[in-house]
Amino acid sequence: MVAADSEGQKDPRVRMFRRERSIPLRGSAAALCNNLSVLQLPVHNLTHFGVVHGPSAQLVSAAPEGVPLAQRQLHAKERAGVSLPLITQVHWCVLPFRILLVLTSHRGIQMYESDGSVMVYWHALDSGDASPVQAVFARGIASSGHFICVGTWSGRVLVFDVPAKGPNIVLSEELAGHLTSVTDIASEHAQEQDCIADMVTADDSGLLCVWRSGPEFKLLTRIPGFGAPCTSVQLWQGIVAAGYGNGQLCLYEASTGTLHAQINAHARAICALDLAPMVGKLLSAAEDTFVHIWKLNRNLKNGCIEVEHCHGECVPDTQVCGARFCDPSGSSLAVTGYDLAEILRFSSV
Amino acid sequence: MSMRTLPLLFLNLGGEMLYILDQRLRAQNIPGDKARRVLHDIISTMFNKNFIEELFKPQELYSKKALRTIYDRLAHASIMRLNQASMDKLYDLMTMALKYQVLLCPRPKDVLLVTFNHLDAIKGFIRDNPALVHLVDETSQQLIEAYGGLSAGEFQLIRQTLLTFFQDLHIRVSIFLKDKVQNSNGRFVLPVSGPVPWETEVPGLIRMFDHKGKEVKRTEFRHGGNYIAALKEGSFELYGDRVLKLGTNMYSANRPVETHTSGASKNLASQSQQSIAPNPLAKEELNFLAKLMGGMEIRKPSGPEPGFRLNLFTTDEEEEQAALTRPEELPHEVVNIQATQDQQRNQELARIMGEFEVTDQPRWSASKGDDLLAMMDEL
Repeated sequence: MVAADSEGQKDPRVRMFRRERSIPLRGSAAALCNNLSVLQLPVHNLTHFGVVHGPSAQLVSAAPEGVPLAQRQLHAKERAGVSLPLITQVHWCVLPFRILLVLTSHRGIQMYESDGSVMVYWHALDSGDASPVQAVFARGIASSGHFICVGTWSGRVLVFDVPAKGPNIVLSEELAGHLTSVTDIASEHAQEQDCIADMVTADDSGLLCVWRSGPEFKLLTRIPGFGAPCTSVQLWQGIVAAGYGNGQLCLYEASTGTLHAQINAHARAICALDLAPMVGKLLSAAEDTFVHIWKLNRNLKNGCIEVEHCHGECVPDTQVCGARFCDPSGSSLAVTGYDLAEILRFSSV
Repeated sequence: MSMRTLPLLFLNLGGEMLYILDQRLRAQNIPGDKARRVLHDIISTMFNKNFIEELFKPQELYSKKALRTIYDRLAHASIMRLNQASMDKLYDLMTMALKYQVLLCPRPKDVLLVTFNHLDAIKGFIRDNPALVHLVDETSQQLIEAYGGLSAGEFQLIRQTLLTFFQDLHIRVSIFLKDKVQNSNGRFVLPVSGPVPWETEVPGLIRMFDHKGKEVKRTEFRHGGNYIAALKEGSFELYGDRVLKLGTNMYSANRPVETHTSGASKNLASQSQQSIAPNPLAKEELNFLAKLMGGMEIRKPSGPEPGFRLNLFTTDEEEEQAALTRPEELPHEVVNIQATQDQQRNQELARIMGEFEVTDQPRWSASKGDDLLAMMDEL
């Protein structure tokens, strides 16, 4: 399934990635956005992968060559006598003193130790003011300092305060800023400067909210949408990268909300973005079967954000639903696709 | 996940069913008046006001097994009979066709155009019956009201919910294989050429702006596909050019419904996963079916109309063979509904419930006053 055979002009000189050994999954990946989470553990020579199948999510650990070592399945907590709820996302949150695995579903939010062995916290969603036609779910997961932030169907973002160890996790704040369902959340370490934006949340209307974390989160800027949902978002050195349902990829200055780049990146909805922060590489994956890699940087002369295209990879006949870099230098990546019961891996030659 | 998905699923699957039945009726040389009668009866049952009202209520999507029960009933709403093997094949063809259409919709919202294509064609089958055409138009109107104002984000959720319903179905369908829209491994071909969806730009352009919003640089990149701009948007009105071809009848007189379907699900593990999960015909599914099928009014035939059997295969021997060799990994539809002309609703429901065959299921502890499950316990 290498990229050569697709219709269209593919220049072989441009291709810089090769297919590596796939990791088999017990269940196929669901047609969700951001449906792949990767936890890199270079110290242990291990990489953890998390993929949502439907009512269950699968965790796989693999050695560097992609040899699968361990597997675990997690299920959404259900109410007795009711059909199995669907999981919307699974994501590892790296906090200062621990790593937690967070699972969001149509019932609530489950948090586990990083290997998924023990559930340490459960939060049931409050569907109080939802109309009967409204789907109730949690979606969008990110860590920010010692907080874990999770988005919900109503647009509210729940902020959980996580202690260094133990299950004493507390819901500390509910952020208002969105009026439609949250789709994704991204964060980065706050820099030394004041007023630095370190978290961005996105929703179904395409609206982006830029926040500064703290004992109380502060809303810094709002970046309005244009009709298409913002399906995936990343934050790097004060640059917001946002992928939309119409295939467009935009870069904004986080502190001001100014649009700095607009890329007609894909022919279908973007479903995942990921960053290799050490090198400023961004990947975008979409339902059009393509994964593109971009290089971001700031022009030192005028401070403007610039972007160039590095590479494009076609995953034939696959509606991609998740994609992540597998190492900090962005030289390897993993991809999931709807209905596909394996994690595809690529590495640069 | 979305609570708005059932009407789209039901109407589109129903449309595909009618396409297939229409083609088989002609292929089997069923007399014109009988064939018209069958389509007429099924369509009038499908668009019955009470039934449509139940359909449009916000609710979760239930399992393929539960939904199949409704189509069994619908297919037997007239003088036509189908054997188990033919009914299995009919449902396989219907579901794979809709999976293909949903997957290939350029925009999530375009699933509405697919639905209108089906409804437009259904009106063609019964154009000599203005009352029935009016019923279908009313349903179209309800669709416009229910879905016309939804955002792109809500349509994306609907699309994801539909794709969840079709997940892991890889039945190979001859007409798809021949047209090269399906690969031999059962997966659909996703083209990387042609017009982009309405409201999407052709990939390839990067525009960069300064702090003041002035464009300062413009570059192009090679995206790998071969796309052109969208031509025009389809109509979401009661009448209009839908532009999109997905959902139109692909079984014309020259393109017979091929007999070859086969389970190509390579991932047997995921299939067995389904069977060890709790039996999906749980209480809430039974309630849903009772409500929905309670709204299905089957007309008594006037006079002693002799029924006939429709075969989805080219010969009776093939049909028998298919029944014997149905791949293990494909779900055996254990629900066997016989249509009767009984108009008493409660009796009808009791009889329907009485025919549910519940396999490998521990006895439900029926709570007091739970009539449906109590009935099952009496089997």
